[in-house]
Amino acid sequence: MSTGYITLIVLGLCGLGFFLGRARALATSRATGKKLHSLPNYYGQAVALFTAVPALLLMLAWLFLQPLMIEGRIGGMIPDSVIPEGGAKSLVMADVRRIADGLDALMVAGHMSESDLDAMRADFTDVRNRLGNVGVALGSDVPVPVFEAAKELRKSQNSGRFLMTIAVLGLAGALLVWSWVRVHPDQRARNASETFVLSLLIGASLVAILTTFGIVASLLFETINFFKMYPAADFFFSTVWNPQFRGGSDLGILPLLWGTLYVSFLALLVAVPLGLMIAIYLAEYASKPLRAIAKPAIEVLAGIPTIVYGLFALITVGPFLRDYIASPLGLGTSSSSVLTAGLVMGIMLIPFVSSLSDDIINAVPQSMRDGSYGLGATKSETIKQVILPAALPGVVGAILLAASRAIGETMIVVMGAGAAAKLGLNPFEAMTTITVKIVSQLTGDTEFASPETLVAFALGLTLFVFTLGLNVIALVIVRKYREQYE
Amino acid sequence: MTDLTSSGAVPAPRKGSLLTQDERTKRRNAKEARFRMMGLIAVTIGVLSLVGLLTSILASGLSSFQQTYVELEVYLDPAKLDKKGERNLDDIAKVTTFGYAPLIDAAMTAAMERAGVSSDLNAKAAGELISKEAPASLRDYVLANPDRIGETVSFDLLAAGRIDGFFKGRVTMASAELDRNVSPEQLQLAQQLKEAGILTTKFNWAFFTAPDASDTRPEAAGLGVAIIGSAYMMLIVLVLSLPLGVAASIYLEEFAPKNRWTDLIEVNISNLAAVPSIVFGILGLAIFINMVGLPQSAPVVGGLVLTLMTLPTIIIATRAALKSVPPSIRDAALGVGASKMQAIFHHVLPLAMPGILTGAIIGLAQALGETAPLLLIGMVAFVREYPAGPPEGFFDPAAALPVQVYNWTQRGDPAFVERASGAIIVLLVFLVIMNIAAILLRKRFERRW
Repeated sequence: MSTGYITLIVLGLCGLGFFLGRARALATSRATGKKLHSLPNYYGQAVALFTAVPALLLMLAWLFLQPLMIEGRIGGMIPDSVIPEGGAKSLVMADVRRIADGLDALMVAGHMSESDLDAMRADFTDVRNRLGNVGVALGSDVPVPVFEAAKELRKSQNSGRFLMTIAVLGLAGALLVWSWVRVHPDQRARNASETFVLSLLIGASLVAILTTFGIVASLLFETINFFKMYPAADFFFSTVWNPQFRGGSDLGILPLLWGTLYVSFLALLVAVPLGLMIAIYLAEYASKPLRAIAKPAIEVLAGIPTIVYGLFALITVGPFLRDYIASPLGLGTSSSSVLTAGLVMGIMLIPFVSSLSDDIINAVPQSMRDGSYGLGATKSETIKQVILPAALPGVVGAILLAASRAIGETMIVVMGAGAAAKLGLNPFEAMTTITVKIVSQLTGDTEFASPETLVAFALGLTLFVFTLGLNVIALVIVRKYREQYE
Repeated sequence: MTDLTSSGAVPAPRKGSLLTQDERTKRRNAKEARFRMMGLIAVTIGVLSLVGLLTSILASGLSSFQQTYVELEVYLDPAKLDKKGERNLDDIAKVTTFGYAPLIDAAMTAAMERAGVSSDLNAKAAGELISKEAPASLRDYVLANPDRIGETVSFDLLAAGRIDGFFKGRVTMASAELDRNVSPEQLQLAQQLKEAGILTTKFNWAFFTAPDASDTRPEAAGLGVAIIGSAYMMLIVLVLSLPLGVAASIYLEEFAPKNRWTDLIEVNISNLAAVPSIVFGILGLAIFINMVGLPQSAPVVGGLVLTLMTLPTIIIATRAALKSVPPSIRDAALGVGASKMQAIFHHVLPLAMPGILTGAIIGLAQALGETAPLLLIGMVAFVREYPAGPPEGFFDPAAALPVQVYNWTQRGDPAFVERASGAIIVLLVFLVIMNIAAILLRKRFERRW
C-alpha cells in the first residue's frame, strides 16, 4: 500500500477516534452520573492524538531506516569480483536498484509473473533486453550476483513495505482502542492532551537542531571519505585545480579560495562605502519624503532573487565591462570576470550593509549628537568623529555579515565570474569560486565514490566553517555593542 | 594657561566682521557640503542600480510575451497520413513528424501564391520559416482528431526562432549573412509575408503553458513544467514549514525555560538563517537523495530542502508576532481559568496570526526565488513531461522557475536569453504579488496595542 493511502487511513482513524472518544466520555458520564474532569472535546482530542501521532512518526522513521538497512544487507551480497576495474561499489548498487525497479515495471506491465521471476536466471535469459522493453536502460549485460541482489532487493523492499503497512495501521488501531478504553470521567483528559501537544511543540523546535546536525554530519562524513582518497595536505595547499574524471586530478582549494576572496573583496569594496553613505544620508540628512521613497527602494534590492542578479551580470554588466573597459584597455576579452561578479554582488549587498548600519546609527543616543553640535561641530564632523566611532562595532558586525553572504553567494558567481580556476590579479579575467565548483562537481550524474565528486563536500565544509565563523563573530560584536547603550 | 596659548591649535583672534565667514569656516562648510553630496550620490547610485537592474531585465525580456505565428491552411493529405484509409490510430501514429513536414511546406507555397508573394526560394527554404516544432504540433492535432484527415484545417504555427527574432530586432539582415540558420532572402520573404498578413505577432500564451524545448527550438520553449514544479514546491513548503515553524516558535517563546538547551536552539536558529543556501542543497543531496533514496529532480526533495531553509525565517517572524501580543491578553485568559495552552491557542495565536502569515508569505517568496540548492538536487534536468497531479506528481521529475532561467542562460541560441529574461519577469511578478499580499495583510489586520 502506498504511503499516501496509509496516511489517509491513519487520518481517518484519527477523526474516528475523536468522535468515539468524545461520545464515550459523554456516555460514561451520563451512565455513572459523574461530572467530566475536562470538556468533552478534550477526551476526543486525546484519543485522536494518541491514534495518529505515534503511527505517523513510526511510518516516517520506517521510511528513513528501511533503505539503510536493506541496502547494507544487499551490499554484502555483491562480491568484489563483479565490481569493474576502477569503478565503485555504489555504481553497481545503482545498477541493482535500477534492475529492481525495472522488474517491478515488468510486473506492472504484465510481461511477467512472480513465479516467472523466481525461475528467471540472469545467465540464461536476456535481462537487458527485457528491461529495455519497459524503458530501463542498462549499460552492459547483467552479472549473475547483481541480478540475484536485485531480486533480493525487490523482495525485501516489498516485504518491508508490507510489514510497514501492518505495523503502522496496527499501532494506530491498538492505540485507538487503548486510549478509547481509558476514557473515563475521572481521566484528566485536558492535561493528557496538553502534555502531548507540548511534546509536539518541543519536537518541532528540535527540527532546527536536527537540520544543523544533518548539515554537519553529511558534510563531515563525506569529507572524511574524501580525505581517505585524497591527501588533505594537497587539498589545502596545492595551487592547482584540475579535476579529471579519469582519475589523477589535482584538487587544490587555493585557487578557488583566492577567487572567492577576490570577488567578495570587490563586492565589499562596492557595497561598504555605498551602503554606509546611504545609511548615513538616510539617517542624518534625508528629508522625510526622500527617506520614505529611497529606503524601501534600497530594501527591494535585498528581496530580489540572486538569479536575477546573475542574469543582470550575464546580459548587461559583463558585456558592458568587456566592450567599454576591458577590450579597449587590452585587459581581457571575457565577459565573465571577477569584476563583473564583484560589481553585481556589491549591488546585492548594499541593502545588507545599509539597513543594518541604519539601525545602528539610529541607536546612537541623541545626547551624543547634541553634545557634539554644542561644541560647534558641523554635521559631517559629528558623524565622522562621534557617531561612526560610537557605531563602529555594529557597523563592523554588519560588514562581516555582508562578507559571509558574499562568500556563500552562488548564482551571481556561477553566471558572472566564470569557471577557470586560476590565481591572478587582473580583475577582468574570469576566475572561479568555491560555490561555483560545488555546483559544477555535483550537478549532473553524481557518482559518489570518486574524489572528484566528494571534493564538493570538503569545499562545502570549508564554506560552512568560514561563513559560520564570520556569523558568530558578527553576532558577538553586535550583541556586545547593543549592551552598551541599552 | 601657558599650554593653551603656546599651542598652535587655537586660532588667532578674528579680525574681520562676524558676518563674513573666514577661511577656516568656509573650508569646514565646504567639507560639509561635499559630505552631504557624497551621501546623496550614494543614494542615487543605489536607486539607479535598482532601476538599471529592472530596466535591463524588462528590456530584454518583455518581447518574449509576443510571438510570431504563421497562419496556414494545411491540407491533411490522407495519402500521406493514413495510407490504409482505415482511420486506425495505430497506423496514423506510425507516421513520424518527418511525414508532416511536406504538408506544411506545401501549405506554405500555397499561401504564398494566394497572397501573391513571390520569392526565389524553393519550397523547402520557404518552409524553414516555420518552426521545427510545427510538424510535432500538427501530428498531435491529427492524433487527437483523426476524423479531420482529408480536410483543410487552418493552423497557427510557430515561426522559426530566427524569424521571430527578426521582428523583435534581434536578428538583422547583416547578422543573417553570417548565420547558418537563416538567410537574408528568408528574412525578406518573412517581411513580405508579414505585410500580406500571413505572419502575425500575437500574445504568447504558450510561454506560460508549454514545456521546455530542445536547444534548436527556442521559439517553442515555455514555462509550463517549471511553473507546476515551483507551485508543487511552494505547496510542500507551506504545508510543512508553517505548522513546524509556528509550533517551534510557540514553544520557544511561550513555554521554553531559559536554560542552556533553549539558548542552544536559539543560537542554532539564527545561525541557520545565515548558512549559505548551497549548503542546504548539499544536505538535500546527501540525506534526501542518497540516504533516503528519494528521486532526483523531484519537487518533493526541492520542497523539503526549501522548507528547511524557510524555517528560520518563519520562526523569527512568528516569534516577533507572538512577542507583540501584550501580556495582558495572556493574563486575562489565565485569570478566568484558562490553562496556559488554552490561553495561547485560543487567544494569543489568533491575535498573532496576521504577523505570522506575513512572515510566512515573505519566507515563501524567498523560497520561490532560491536557485542554488535546487541545482544540486537535479532540478536542472531537461524535463518535457508535465508531472502528474499531486500527490504522485511530487515524485515526478519537474523543473522550477529560477532553475529554468539558469538552464536557458546556459544554452547557445541567443533567443534563450530573451526567454530567460521573460521567465525572470514572470518570477518577479509572482514575487511582487506575494509581497503586496503580505503588505496588505499587515495593513489590514495589524493591531497596535
